[in-house]
Amino acid sequence: MFARLISLCLAGITITTTAAPLTQEFTLENGLRVIVQEDHRAPVVVVQIWYKVGGSYELDGATGVSHALEHMMFKRTKHFATGEFSRRIAELGGRENAFTTADYTTYFQQWAASNVGLSFELEAERMRNLVLDPAEFANELKVIREERRLRTDDSPQALALETLLAHTWQTSPYRQPVIGWAADIEQMQLADLSVWYQRYYAPNNAILVVVGDVVPSAIQALSKQYFGALPRQDVPLLKNRPEVPQTGLKRLTIANSKQRVPRLIMNYKVPGLTQVGRTKPGIEVWEIYALEVLAATLDGGASARFARELVRGSEIALAAGASYSSTSRLADLFTFDGVPRDGVSLEQLEAAIKGQLATLQKTPPTKDELARIKTGVVAENIYQRDSLFSQAMILGSLAVVGLDWHLKDQYVAQIQAITPAQVQAVARKYFADDMATVAYLVSEQAP
Amino acid sequence: MNKVLCTALVGWCLWPILAWSAPRIERWETANGVPVLFVAAPEIPMLKVRLVFAAGSAYDGAAPGLASLTNGLLGEGTRTLTADEFHRQMEATGAQFGGGALRDMAWVSLRTLTDPVYAEPALKLACAALTQPRFAAEDFARVRQQMRAGLLQEKSSPGALGDKAMLHAIYGKHPYANPSGGTETSVAAFTPAAAAAFYQRYYVSNNALLVMVGALTREAATRIADTLVAKLPRGAHAPAVPPVVVPAAGQSVHIDLPGEQSHLLLAQPGITRSDPDYFPLVVGNHVLGGNGPVSLLFQEIRERRGLSYSVDSHFEPLAAAGPFVISLQTEARREREAQQVMHETLAAFLAEGPSEAALLAAKHNLIGGFPLRIDNNNKLTEYLTVIGFYRLPLDYLEAYPRAVEAVTVAQIRDAFQRRVRPDHMAQITVGPHIAPP
Repeated sequence: MFARLISLCLAGITITTTAAPLTQEFTLENGLRVIVQEDHRAPVVVVQIWYKVGGSYELDGATGVSHALEHMMFKRTKHFATGEFSRRIAELGGRENAFTTADYTTYFQQWAASNVGLSFELEAERMRNLVLDPAEFANELKVIREERRLRTDDSPQALALETLLAHTWQTSPYRQPVIGWAADIEQMQLADLSVWYQRYYAPNNAILVVVGDVVPSAIQALSKQYFGALPRQDVPLLKNRPEVPQTGLKRLTIANSKQRVPRLIMNYKVPGLTQVGRTKPGIEVWEIYALEVLAATLDGGASARFARELVRGSEIALAAGASYSSTSRLADLFTFDGVPRDGVSLEQLEAAIKGQLATLQKTPPTKDELARIKTGVVAENIYQRDSLFSQAMILGSLAVVGLDWHLKDQYVAQIQAITPAQVQAVARKYFADDMATVAYLVSEQAP
Repeated sequence: MNKVLCTALVGWCLWPILAWSAPRIERWETANGVPVLFVAAPEIPMLKVRLVFAAGSAYDGAAPGLASLTNGLLGEGTRTLTADEFHRQMEATGAQFGGGALRDMAWVSLRTLTDPVYAEPALKLACAALTQPRFAAEDFARVRQQMRAGLLQEKSSPGALGDKAMLHAIYGKHPYANPSGGTETSVAAFTPAAAAAFYQRYYVSNNALLVMVGALTREAATRIADTLVAKLPRGAHAPAVPPVVVPAAGQSVHIDLPGEQSHLLLAQPGITRSDPDYFPLVVGNHVLGGNGPVSLLFQEIRERRGLSYSVDSHFEPLAAAGPFVISLQTEARREREAQQVMHETLAAFLAEGPSEAALLAAKHNLIGGFPLRIDNNNKLTEYLTVIGFYRLPLDYLEAYPRAVEAVTVAQIRDAFQRRVRPDHMAQITVGPHIAPP
């Protein structure tokens, strides 16, 4: 009865085209790359400007400079008094903010599409005309210290993650916290920011991403009008700081009385798309997508293996996750994360997660599992189109690390091409114990 | 030169926003009387469905956390499918099934592709999860233990501790004082039978609202709506949340927690969704602490003194008076300074109200930014939920800019002076103990 009703009820569904949205790119003479994606559902636009600079560009003793500079970018410029910038955006109903990661620094506005020219005017101004004022910097350093206290120092989880990254990476700059070590924030000078600003805030080191109710030809004209006169400049080549090969398992216990619930984190060093055909020979593109499918096999939803076998099934974990960063600028991590159930030790949870890996190393995933994962990827790709901001994020985050943003249109096909045997192959290749860093987060050190 | 350009822009930039017609909301009732709010969004072949019930933590009764527990168990299997089978079948369709519980409401939601190959089984499963939940002992035990772990970890979280203490201080015995994640005692006493009873009482058609946004014709939406709720028992609408009595005197509460920062909250019961002072208070608050970097609190606390990374004030309008909260976090040794600036900023605002210029700026931000709140299917679903659940007029999206536009400085000053009473506000601090000077 019920089934019949349902099949009747879908007769009037409108099937619309599932073609990917239209995206275009052009480059100004000064090297500024502009990526435009049209979306005419509502009269709004997202404008993001991505700079190739972030925590992983920094050197020891000067961590946190990229992030501090991001804060100062909301202050005075040659033609705008402090606060005027934000006031203008707010008065036009805009939202603005910025974020700094290990790989990039991004500024954005969201507002009526007719304001896109004003976004360009403001961003062009602060790309070259920032005025770094000592008194404002002194005040902003206080704000940044509060931000670090709030987000890191008073959060046992965040503090442990910071410690764990510094133990996982030995020479890769991913060992550094983006907000900066507390001591580096203390000794930071305005001159450090000035050097950073002069070096990295140039049109040829930036990517402008525009998604929304706009016409690409108009965006091209406006970007020329506002950014066209900014001079190109030499951006010094970043020194390579490759991670030294890890030669054995690393293990640590992080004790903190505030860590009330024990937690396990295991980091494995794996390649991403930026390593294919570049830093390490012998890595094929399919391996990256097979690692994505591996992550989904273990933790792609409530029917994936961790939820089914560790959280339900054997009832070993209260929570268990697997995540993989495939599009970072440098080689990154495949991470397992879990909380044991009452009465289960972290050792048992570690053994159970490794047992899941061992199973995949012995036996490839089933066709059914792969079919479910592939359907999920097709659906997610369509759901994502609902948010202009995520569309812009995908384009910008690929382009800023030197990847071709067209990869986003190939993602579904790449995942669909992965076979069970390929998942088994990467499970075997990348999850040897001697590539792992295993951390136990506990409330007290064992006696 | 920049000034000239921008003044000119203000004129022509606001115009297209105001001229943009809000999405057309269709409202009807299913065969068994469940109100449906629907917006056709043909551009992306997806559908978002949300079934909303008056079943939030306000209805926990003597068992704080029961609303969350019950909601968390929906989707953990059906009468004929174990949790494993349910999730396997649901995820094979690419659909995303979820739920949630707030103070007034709780919901289950489904996001699916509209292609019938996926949508048909997904809707059928969602319907079974809603109308024939399993409430198995092992699923209950797991969800309860997850809640306990959450409560345990919250003991180290100044933000969570502060929010709980704030609700307790301003609501006393009112159900909004219930911590939605429960207490150690209440969670320990939960039983599957209690969750089942809560479900039977509140997840009924007379207590339901259905929200749908997606690439459907009205006809298809009508049929899906009827099918989804056909098997819900009729039941009765939940009783109204009792009115809130504003405490006669504000409490001062300190929670000792070793750490670097003190979290400061200043709070009192605020407004209901249908409050006659709704617009003066919400627009006024936008000037005080709701408009990000241009608001008064941000300027005084962060921009002038570097006292906090984040500072904000907000009203949470609910069925009964929801909280009005000002909050910040500062280095422990600067706690008193931050507290003083927070009080002074509020006092000055209460005495004088906003300047004409600040009010105009706030109006421009609220009106000009309104399309950003409804520019995709997910956000529209949220708004339709609020409109349907709190019985706001269907032209709310169009009426909103006009209502904001009409607010005056005098109305704001008057409403704030009547409704925000510093001596009635609870003051919460969470952080390391500081010796008196």
